[in-house]
Amino acid sequence: MENKVVTVSMKNITKRFGEIIANDSVNLDIYKGEILALLGENGSGKTTLMNMLSGIYYPDEGQIFINNEEKVIASPRDAFELGIGMVHQHFKLVDVLTATENIVLGLDGKLDLKKASAKIREICRKYGFDVDPDQKVYDMSVSEKQTVEIVKVLYRGADILILDEPTAVLTPQETDRLFAILRNMKEDGKSIIIITHKMHEVLSISDRVAVLRKGTYVGDLRTKETTAQEMTEMMVGHAVELNIERPDPVDPKPRIEVKNLTVRNEEGILKLEDVSFTANSGEILGIAGISGCGQKELLEAIAGLQPAESGSVCYIEDDGSKDELLKKDPRQIQEMGVTLSFVPEDRLGMGLVGNMDMSDNMMLRSFRKGPTPFTDRKSPRKLAKKVVKDLDVVTPGISTPVRRLSGGNVQKVLVGREIASAPKVLLTAYAVRGLDINSSYTIYDLINRQKKAGVAVIYVGEDLDVLLEISDRILVMCGGKVSGIIDGRTATKNKVGMMMTRIGGEGFDEQ
Amino acid sequence: MIDLVSFIPRAVVQGIPLLYGSTGETLTEKAGNLNLGIPGVMYVGAISGVIGSFFYEQSGEINGFLAIAIPLLCSLAGSLIMGLIYCFLTVTLRANQNVTGLAMTTFGIGFGNFFGGSLIKLAGSDVPSIALSKTSAYFSHALPFADKLGWFGKIFLSYGFLAYASIAIALVTSRIIRHTRVGLHLRAVGESPTTADAAGINVTRYKYFATCIGCMIAGLGGLYYVMDYACGVWSNDAFGDRGWLAIALVIFTIWRPSIGIFASILFGGLYILYLFIPTGMDHMEIKELYKMIPYVVTLVVLVITSIRSKRENQPPASLGLAYFREER
Repeated sequence: MENKVVTVSMKNITKRFGEIIANDSVNLDIYKGEILALLGENGSGKTTLMNMLSGIYYPDEGQIFINNEEKVIASPRDAFELGIGMVHQHFKLVDVLTATENIVLGLDGKLDLKKASAKIREICRKYGFDVDPDQKVYDMSVSEKQTVEIVKVLYRGADILILDEPTAVLTPQETDRLFAILRNMKEDGKSIIIITHKMHEVLSISDRVAVLRKGTYVGDLRTKETTAQEMTEMMVGHAVELNIERPDPVDPKPRIEVKNLTVRNEEGILKLEDVSFTANSGEILGIAGISGCGQKELLEAIAGLQPAESGSVCYIEDDGSKDELLKKDPRQIQEMGVTLSFVPEDRLGMGLVGNMDMSDNMMLRSFRKGPTPFTDRKSPRKLAKKVVKDLDVVTPGISTPVRRLSGGNVQKVLVGREIASAPKVLLTAYAVRGLDINSSYTIYDLINRQKKAGVAVIYVGEDLDVLLEISDRILVMCGGKVSGIIDGRTATKNKVGMMMTRIGGEGFDEQ
Repeated sequence: MIDLVSFIPRAVVQGIPLLYGSTGETLTEKAGNLNLGIPGVMYVGAISGVIGSFFYEQSGEINGFLAIAIPLLCSLAGSLIMGLIYCFLTVTLRANQNVTGLAMTTFGIGFGNFFGGSLIKLAGSDVPSIALSKTSAYFSHALPFADKLGWFGKIFLSYGFLAYASIAIALVTSRIIRHTRVGLHLRAVGESPTTADAAGINVTRYKYFATCIGCMIAGLGGLYYVMDYACGVWSNDAFGDRGWLAIALVIFTIWRPSIGIFASILFGGLYILYLFIPTGMDHMEIKELYKMIPYVVTLVVLVITSIRSKRENQPPASLGLAYFREER
C-alpha cells in the first residue's frame, strides 16, 4: 500500500451495554484520503464503534489515536475539534429550524445567519451539493436532509467523515449523486468511513473494506481484490449462497383483484388513481416505484386500513367466489375467513409494540381467541420460542422488549408472527429495509417459502436488483398510477427505472 | 359602556402575574421541560418575599433600597430552590415531569400556606391576613406624573416597577430565544435533545438554567401579586388559580413571550370583566358565568392551536420527555 498516512487509529476498543458486549477489543486504522467501507451484520457493533469515534459513546477500554497522538473523545464537541464528523442513520436535525440554523447548531460565537448561509453556499458549490440554506428541515425530502447533515459536518471543517447507512433512504439516482460528492471529498484529501449493507455500493465506492462480526474485528480487504461473496462470508463467518431463487409458480389462480382503485389521503391529495391489477396465488407480485408513489396506500387499502374513494378490492376464493374487502376493517376481514398478513414498512409503529416483549407481540394476533375472557398466554409464548428458533432471532430472551432488538431481528419477529397464521395473502412493504445481507436473504427465503405454499405475495421493494430477481411479475407505479405490469424474468433494471419516472416508460429505447 | 380608563389599568395589574408566570414557563418549556409546578413556584415566590419583608418590617427602621431588595432576593431565592428541586428530579433523576410538576404545585401551596399561617400567628392580627404596607408602598410606587397626565398617566404610568420589569423581561426573553445563539441552542434542546447533544450542546446544563431562570421569573409574578397588586396583604389561598392560567397562556401565546405581553393583559381583562358588565341585581348568577370567560377562552384556544398545523406553532417536540444519551 503506497505511502499511506494513518489519520485515525482505534486500539483495543471495548464497549459494553449492560451484559451485551457491543465491541470487543477492536483495532481499526483509517488512512488519509480513502473511502473505507465498514461491513458487518446488524448488531455487529459498527454503529457503536463509530459513535465512540464521534463522541456519542465513551469506550470502556482502549485508546484512540488521531494523527498518532492519543486523544480522549468525551463528547461530540471533542470530536468536531479533532475534525471528526458523523452523519447518523437517523438524522440529527431539528425539524422546525432552517438548514442554516441546524448547521450552525452547537458552535460558538455571535449568531450571524447571513454569514453562515454564505459559507454554506460556498461549501455547496465546492462539492456539488444542492441545498437551500433558508429552507425549513420539515419541508425537505430525505435526501435533502442528508445533504444538510453532510454540509453540517463539512461546515465544521471535518477531515474524517463517518456516514452510517447513507443510502438506505435514497433512490438510485440520489445515491449516484451522493457517491459523486464523496469522490470529490476524497480528492480533497478527506477520509470517509461508510457503513452500508449494499454490496454493489461497497464495490463501487470504497477503496478498502473492514469487517466486523459480533463485535469483533475480523479483518480488512482491498476492494479491488475482493468480491461480494468473499466479503459476505467474512461478515457471516461461513459460506453463504448469494442467489435468490425464483421457483416457477405452481398452479397460479387469481386471489386478489383490484379494480379502478382510487384513494385520497387525509389532506385530500390523490394517492392512488384508477389502479387495477390481479395478484395470483403461488406468485410474487413485485411493486416498484419511487417511494411515496402510493405503494403504502395500496397495501393499506387491501389490508383494510385505508378508506378508498372508489373502486374495488376483491378476495377470490379457490372456487371463484368473490368477497369485497373495501370498507371493512382488518377484524371484519379476518372474520370473513380471509387470512391476510401485512408486514408494514413502519415495523415498530404499525407492526409491533416496541415496549412489549415478543410473546405479547405474538398475542396481538390471537388475543381475541379462546372461550374465556382471560387471554391465553401459553400459545403466544410457544410461538415466540418457535420464531426465535426457526428464524435465528438474536435476543437475550423472549421477554425482552422488541425495541431493544436490532432492525433485522425486529423484522424477523414481525415476519415470523405474520406467516405463523398461515396466510393466503402476504403483503410486505420494504421487508429488508435496513437489514444486513444475511438477514435479507433469510427474509427472501421466508417469502419464497410462502410463495411455494401457494400464498399470493405482494412485495413492495426499493432495491431494483432484488425486485428483478425475486418477482414473477413486477407492477411499476408512477405517481399513484399503474405505469405497467411486466414479467419479472425478462424485465431489465433500465426499463423498470424508466417506467418509475414516466407512465408506461414512454421514450424508452429498447436496445 | 365599560369605563376604559378604569378598566385597562385593572386589566394590566391582573395580567402582570400571568405575564411573569407565562414568560417563565415558556423559557422552561423551550428547554423541553413541562413544569406544571409553576403555580407552586409562584406561590413560593410570593411567600418567600413576604417572609423577607415581614422580618425586615419587624426590625424597625425602613430604608427604601432594602425594602425592595430584601423581599426581591428572598423571592428569587425561594423560586430558585423550587426550580433546582424540579430539575434535580426530572433532569438528573429523569422522573416523570407531569408527576413532579403536580407534586411541586401541591408542595408549593402547602409551603406557602404553612408559613403564611405562621406569620399571621406571629403578627397576632385579628383577621386571617398580614399587611406589609410599609414595604409594599415601595413596590407599588407609580412613575412620576402618573396622576397629572389624566387618562394617559392612568393607563401607562400608574404601575409599580415590577410591572414594567415584567414587560422588559418578556421582550428580552423573546429576543434571546429568537435571535441569539443561546436561544437557538435552547430551542434545539427542547425540540430534539439527541440532535443538540450530537451537536455538542450540554443538554443538562441548558435544561437546568432555563428551568431555574424560568422559575425565578415566575416567582416574581407571585411577589408582584402580594406586594403590589394586593398592597402587601397576604392571606392564604388568595393567589387562586393564576398559576394555571399562566401555563394556559403559554399555549395561547404559541410559546412567544412578546405575544404574552398582550395576551396576559387580555386575560387579565377577561378575569375581571364580570365586575364591569352591568347585570343588575336580579341576575347575580350571570356574573358567575362571566367569571368563566378566561377558562372558556383557554379551552377554545387549545382547540384552535391544535387544529392549526403550522409546525412553528407546535409545542417543542420533546416537551415532557426526559433525555438519556445512552438509551438504545
